Amino acid sequence: MAKIDIGAVADDPLVREHRLKQQAAQEERRDAVVRIVRQTVTFALFLALLAGLYTGYKAFGQAIDDRQHDWAVVGSVLPRTDDLNMPPVSEIFGQFGETPGGQDQIYVKILFDEALFTLREAFAGFMVGLVIGMAIALALAQWRRLEQGLLPYVIASQTIPLIAIAPIIVIWGRKNFDIFPWEWQDWMSVSIIATYLTFFPVAVNGLRGLQSPRPENQELMESYAANWSQTLWRLRLPASLPYLFAALKIAATASIVGAIVGEISSGVSGGLGRRILSEAFNYTTGPDRLFASVLGAAVLGIFVFLVVTGVERLVVGRHSRGAAA
Amino acid sequence: MNVIDIQGATKVFNPGRSNQVEALAEIDLAVEPGEFITLIGPSGCGKSTLLRLIASLISPSTGSVEVNAKPAEQARLDRDYGMAFQTAGLFDWRTVTKNIELPLELMGWSKGNRRRRAAEMLELVKLSDFAKHHPSELSGGMQQRVAIARALAFSPSLLLMDEPFGALDEMTREHMQDELLRIWKETGTTVVFVTHSIPEAVYLSTRVLVMSPRPGTIASIIDVDLGGRSAATRDDPAFFNKVTEVRVALRKVEE
Repeated sequence: MAKIDIGAVADDPLVREHRLKQQAAQEERRDAVVRIVRQTVTFALFLALLAGLYTGYKAFGQAIDDRQHDWAVVGSVLPRTDDLNMPPVSEIFGQFGETPGGQDQIYVKILFDEALFTLREAFAGFMVGLVIGMAIALALAQWRRLEQGLLPYVIASQTIPLIAIAPIIVIWGRKNFDIFPWEWQDWMSVSIIATYLTFFPVAVNGLRGLQSPRPENQELMESYAANWSQTLWRLRLPASLPYLFAALKIAATASIVGAIVGEISSGVSGGLGRRILSEAFNYTTGPDRLFASVLGAAVLGIFVFLVVTGVERLVVGRHSRGAAA
Repeated sequence: MNVIDIQGATKVFNPGRSNQVEALAEIDLAVEPGEFITLIGPSGCGKSTLLRLIASLISPSTGSVEVNAKPAEQARLDRDYGMAFQTAGLFDWRTVTKNIELPLELMGWSKGNRRRRAAEMLELVKLSDFAKHHPSELSGGMQQRVAIARALAFSPSLLLMDEPFGALDEMTREHMQDELLRIWKETGTTVVFVTHSIPEAVYLSTRVLVMSPRPGTIASIIDVDLGGRSAATRDDPAFFNKVTEVRVALRKVEE
């Protein structure tokens, strides 16, 4: 007689596994929501605190300024806090919704378009920097002697001030870069500057990551007679990812900085750097616009950082901390 | 045919330099199929070096090392042996199943065959419920069991183990020893096992090789014939006699 056991159905490992998995996924989603809410609230509070400090200090300076004759000494030492030097927070944020003279768009939309332009330059530079950085890391990891010989130069490359090389690259780009099958654009020069800041953290951390597997892990691959590329794809690259993403977070924000500095020192016709420069020229007539455009640059930097962090969560996951002990 | 045949093997590290180390001197060893050999000796006596010679992770300075009647190098390329280390050395980014599948991937097995074999191996080491877990979610003993499953996944005729239970607590360790003996019986694999622990060596082996300190040689070979092991074996006077015999031999080499 066939025995039907209700308990056996509930105890079926597949059913149980499925339930456990569903539960785990649910918990994970809930944890993620809680985490995002908590981080957002913390960030908002932090911004409010900054705005409060700014406003408070401004009020304090204003108060001293108003009693100039009583507080002559203090007043002459402290920086000026009038509306020209420190526009009120409300006006800086209000600027986002306003339409500057001669424009038909609100300022936040203008900044968004400029940011998109900068982001494109930075992203192109970032990707090239990632490839070059990983190529250097791979070469240095492969040939130890090269590491001793080349690494000092890689480090030295970062001691050259960006402001100094940016114009050179732009000039070279216009005059000499006609070896490429496409016409050289000024924004490409800006991307090279972003690359210059990106490849370095990638190369240094990538190298550390590629060298991070323990000797036993290397020996294990050797005992399987694994070849170079098998060891690279199955051991060294996965092991390097946590290191690499630490570098990519730095590199992403650095690529934005590079692009903005590049724009400022080149004749490129758009971007946040260009915008910041022109707002600086028109400072006396609209100081709040300069502050607003600098805020825009900060938001762009935070945005790319968050994007890299998100990609890291997807790619590396929570289990990977290099090869397990 | 011997699984391992070593004749006059020596190993000198950094020859001709000031930091030259004579690690192994004149090793002769023949291991027959199905044997369980342990290498025991004081720290730095070259146990691990000898194991790595067999694994062809290093090559002998002189002499020859043969595995399955071919040069050790060829045996490595043919994947004739599996290896387990003191640390489980699992890849953290892979699930337990994917860790066991690693050697099979490298050998070009199809996905279906890999899945099937990994499931069989998990059953062998009694970890079927943890197939989808990541190593970081397992205890040290469980990780070591996964490492053994990985080493045996492609049914090598030889299993090389370098102090695999060294980092485990005593209870887990004894349990793992029983598990290993069960797997050894079920698979018929020849095992070479490096350890620091005298009771472990006696409990596991058919032969204990006592090694002398640098340069390492095989000072004495102690045959162990205790029959089938069980919890009672550990209290058996015959077991204690063998432990004493190994201890005496170890004391002798350290003098």
